[in-house]
Amino acid sequence: MLVSTKWLNEYVNINGINPADLAERITRSGIEVDSIIDRSLGMTNVVVGHVVECVKHPEADKLNICQVDVGDETTQIICGAPNVAQGQKVIVARPGAVLPGDFKIKKAKLRGEESNGMICSLQELGIEGKLVPKAYAEGIYVLPEDAVPGENALPLLGLDDTVLEFDLTPNRSDALSMLGVAYEVSAILSQGIALPEIDYPTASEKAEDLLKLRVDATVVNPMYVAKVVKNIKVAESPLWLQNALMASGVRPHNNVVDITNYVLLEYGQPLHAFDYDRLETGEIVVRHAEKGEVMTTLDDVERKLNSHNLVITNGKEPVALAGVMGGANSEVHDGTTTVVIESAYFAPSSVRRTSKEVGLRSDASTRFEKGVDPNRVQEAAERAAQLMAELAGGEVLAGSVIFDELDKTAERITISPDYINSRLGMKISMDEMLTILERLRIPTQAINGQLVIDAPTRRQDLKIREDIIEEIARMHGYDEIPKTLPVSESTPGGLTPYQAKRRIVRQFLEGAGLYQAVTYSLTSKAQAQAFALETAPVTELLMPMSEDRSVLRQSLIPHLLEAATYNVARRIDSVALYETGSVFLGEEEDGLPREVEHVSAVLTGKWVDHAWQAETKKVDFYVVKGIVEGMMDLLGLLEGLSFEKAVIDGMHPGRTAAVLLDGERIGMIGQIHPTEQKKRDLKETYVMELNLERILSAETDELLYVPVPRYPSISRDIALVVASGTSAGMLETIIRNAGGKLLKDVKLFDLYEGDKVEEGKKSLAFSMTYFDPERTLTDEEIVKAHEKVLKALTEEADAQLRG
Amino acid sequence: MEQQLQQLKEEALTKIQEASTVKELNDVRVAYLGKKGPITDLLKGMGKLPAEERPKMGALVNVVRESVTESLEAKMMKLEEEAINAQLEKEAIDVTLPGRPAPTGNHHPLTRVVEEIEDFFISMGYEIAEGPEVEKDYYNFEALNLPKGHPARDMQDSFYISEEILLRTHTSPVQARTMEAKGGSAIKIICPGKVYRRDNDDATHSHQFTQIEGLVVGEDIRMSDLKGTLDLFAKKMFGAEREIRLRPSFFPFTEPSVEMDISCFKCGGDGCNVCKKTGWIEILGAGMVHPNVLKMAGYDPSVVTGFAFGMGPERIAMLKYGVEDIRHFYTNDVRFISQFHRTEA
Ligand SMILES: [Zn+2]
Repeated sequence: MLVSTKWLNEYVNINGINPADLAERITRSGIEVDSIIDRSLGMTNVVVGHVVECVKHPEADKLNICQVDVGDETTQIICGAPNVAQGQKVIVARPGAVLPGDFKIKKAKLRGEESNGMICSLQELGIEGKLVPKAYAEGIYVLPEDAVPGENALPLLGLDDTVLEFDLTPNRSDALSMLGVAYEVSAILSQGIALPEIDYPTASEKAEDLLKLRVDATVVNPMYVAKVVKNIKVAESPLWLQNALMASGVRPHNNVVDITNYVLLEYGQPLHAFDYDRLETGEIVVRHAEKGEVMTTLDDVERKLNSHNLVITNGKEPVALAGVMGGANSEVHDGTTTVVIESAYFAPSSVRRTSKEVGLRSDASTRFEKGVDPNRVQEAAERAAQLMAELAGGEVLAGSVIFDELDKTAERITISPDYINSRLGMKISMDEMLTILERLRIPTQAINGQLVIDAPTRRQDLKIREDIIEEIARMHGYDEIPKTLPVSESTPGGLTPYQAKRRIVRQFLEGAGLYQAVTYSLTSKAQAQAFALETAPVTELLMPMSEDRSVLRQSLIPHLLEAATYNVARRIDSVALYETGSVFLGEEEDGLPREVEHVSAVLTGKWVDHAWQAETKKVDFYVVKGIVEGMMDLLGLLEGLSFEKAVIDGMHPGRTAAVLLDGERIGMIGQIHPTEQKKRDLKETYVMELNLERILSAETDELLYVPVPRYPSISRDIALVVASGTSAGMLETIIRNAGGKLLKDVKLFDLYEGDKVEEGKKSLAFSMTYFDPERTLTDEEIVKAHEKVLKALTEEADAQLRG
Repeated sequence: MEQQLQQLKEEALTKIQEASTVKELNDVRVAYLGKKGPITDLLKGMGKLPAEERPKMGALVNVVRESVTESLEAKMMKLEEEAINAQLEKEAIDVTLPGRPAPTGNHHPLTRVVEEIEDFFISMGYEIAEGPEVEKDYYNFEALNLPKGHPARDMQDSFYISEEILLRTHTSPVQARTMEAKGGSAIKIICPGKVYRRDNDDATHSHQFTQIEGLVVGEDIRMSDLKGTLDLFAKKMFGAEREIRLRPSFFPFTEPSVEMDISCFKCGGDGCNVCKKTGWIEILGAGMVHPNVLKMAGYDPSVVTGFAFGMGPERIAMLKYGVEDIRHFYTNDVRFISQFHRTEA
């Protein structure tokens, strides 16, 4: 909503108030002023000129040499506009003038002819082209004949104005009208308000003599008022009216259309003007369209209608799409003499649906959608009739043609001052509350210590007690509210164990060297299930914005890989990222997918990069495995953790493992398949994905102290030669099983595959720790245990001791 | 003999001074104090002296012996120290060479902001509540006083899965779910999480972003409690000297509704490009829980009241760290994320 302060001043005296101060006060008390627009844009030296003579430039076809009376002299100005003509009153920027865009006007010579200034178009004065009346859109603007040469042109054009741009919240549709703004500003300033006085002569002929009205769709059209004005002379509107419209962002057309737009802006009540003769039938019937019925709207588009669209008809065919747009067949034109003014209440939902369907959002439809003031429907029609009489020479027929079943009663709200104060945490006196409500012109009575309020229908946002609390608070000022804290019983607060452990996981991964990533949940169909630990029906959007973001992911890995590619493409060769986030597995009984939080990581490039001390290591499987083990150890879950070789789509078949917790698959780690790497412009890249919910909700043993050993432990190393395919994990299991209760720890410390062992074999070395908490072990006991281990290794894994 | 002793002493002390290695010094020790040395010889020869001279001479020899020993030890210490210093000199390294990098990694800036906010409210006795990102229309809209047909719930703005299911457009459904679950008892929660809107991604819009909201419900919760809470929050998050101001606004689920500005932390309120010359920066929306919302969750709004507030961690991170484009948060450029490594405390 654009609010011209010049126009506003007609209702509330805001003279002497700096527009910036006014804007600040309006913003602080309820309506955000987005910007303050100075329409003069710093222009000076722009005056009225009279074109005394206008001849073609001898040297240039498109230029005219004009002699222009600018008050103190008659001076020569070269003008290139096609519509300049002798006798016109025009806008002249004299030498020394500065026009918007820092355009300085100087004396000049154009093809040998002196030019002392410029005859201006409205665009050159900073008015948007789409607001300039069509007649002047391609040339200079022509002022009324009574303009006085030499006078400052800016006030004449209403450019000595400041416009406030409101950013209205949906509840404040009352401020979609100049009168609504006037009520608000008068309340803020504690000022009086001057409402329009409607008074005009009427003809003896009655409107109902000419026009019949029938409303069939009474639910969505509970009120319809039509007035008839005869003997109209369609012409250009007076300058003040055009100025008011342009300041409000509306393009002037002709006096009839301009008046309906002016009243719309003034009252917030959209009006429509029909050409009575073009209606042909002398009848208006409001009904729902028939399915498939066709009409051509003002914009010359033929539209196919649906049975829920409300139409205004002449009894035969639609002449307007109610509240949205008029029809081409009944439009007011230059030759119109009799006008029907329509002012109606159309149900918000009906207008919203139709305007959305046909893709038309107009000043009218936005107001109907919010619900217009039931008590202004009639008044707005009267106001338009008055202006048509005053400005278009019209003769208003007596009375109106009316259908009216609209409820216009005010909402009654009863509230006690104590209740208001207890909700705000303040102590405002009842007297002050009454004063505030009076300033807002909200009719209130004090009955038995209660405020009994009849909320005016222009303020549709006032329905319940809390709405009144807001009115009191905002006018009293939010700065006055004290700062307190809730005095409810104190709660300990804090993170749930799940949330606390999730933070620990994040900190561990970051401490290990990974950066946290946040990627999108929406992905493409092709990627939705890639690398997924578990798949389920994919959750799909009804109306995606693009295929790339059309379904919800079931693995975090694809987007992490995208992030890796992004970084590698920017020459960041080493990338280590992790993410915690949900995957979406559709669909559960209640229609919602199962959301499971996962933790995933992607690693590529160097893991340790300390080259000058010859310590550089590439990321490999064991780096990722070590991270998983470290994380699970921190969570007390190392004991139940195991890995087994796995084949997973998109993963390297020889370098991928399933991660198991207590024998249950909870994730996977490994290298992505070389073809995936190539497709994504990545080198050797490892990923992991774990079901975080499963991990964080796993039961752990209570943390209990185990006595620090009082007796020494004894280590024995063995080097084994086994077949290449034998896994270290299996050997370790054999050792542990055979070692008995004295064997406390087994650690692999060497792995060798090469010339020094037989083809098809490899060598592994383990260190074993024997220990008894009760005493020092004897050599004999250790030898016995150790031999059992060796025997088991030989028997179960065909292992030989390496010499 | 006395003279002989004096001479011996002078000689020994000179040799000690002249010795430049531990070995040379040991040679001196052996030469003068050893079993075959002149002092031992002198002691041995004492038997030839008359008995009455023996004690005097004995004492004299001991004095000389002690003096030589003392000097020897002092010199020994000095030489050893020199030897160590020479060794340490050899062991010297170039301390300007780069150190072995310790592993680094850090929170995403949004997590950093979210956890900072969480921690403040946890210290005030709040709990953290979370909920599904795919939500029922009921919790996302209806339970929040946004009935079907309400203009604010345009299909164009939300990602619907079906008529009744959508990607949540705010974290408020967690509030609705919590209220419903608490069955009428008091609540103090913070709800962080991902939310989704049907926006084209550009410098200031993202179809996925984060929100963090707060809700307090209980008997006699007042608007002044909201103001006091937000004031403490602003001071904790943006500096002790911050001031707040509330401006009337509108949200369907609160009444009255306000927007909170803080005094600009860059210019202190004088006006700069961060605050668009106003001295104030809009940080969050808030209000008193709408009676309809309380009613729908099973609370009696004439007894129980509440306040709620919500903000965007992206916006806060952008303001705090001067990030100009929201897309940085979702590109996962390591050069961006790694800038949020250091502590600010
Ligand atoms: Zn500033």
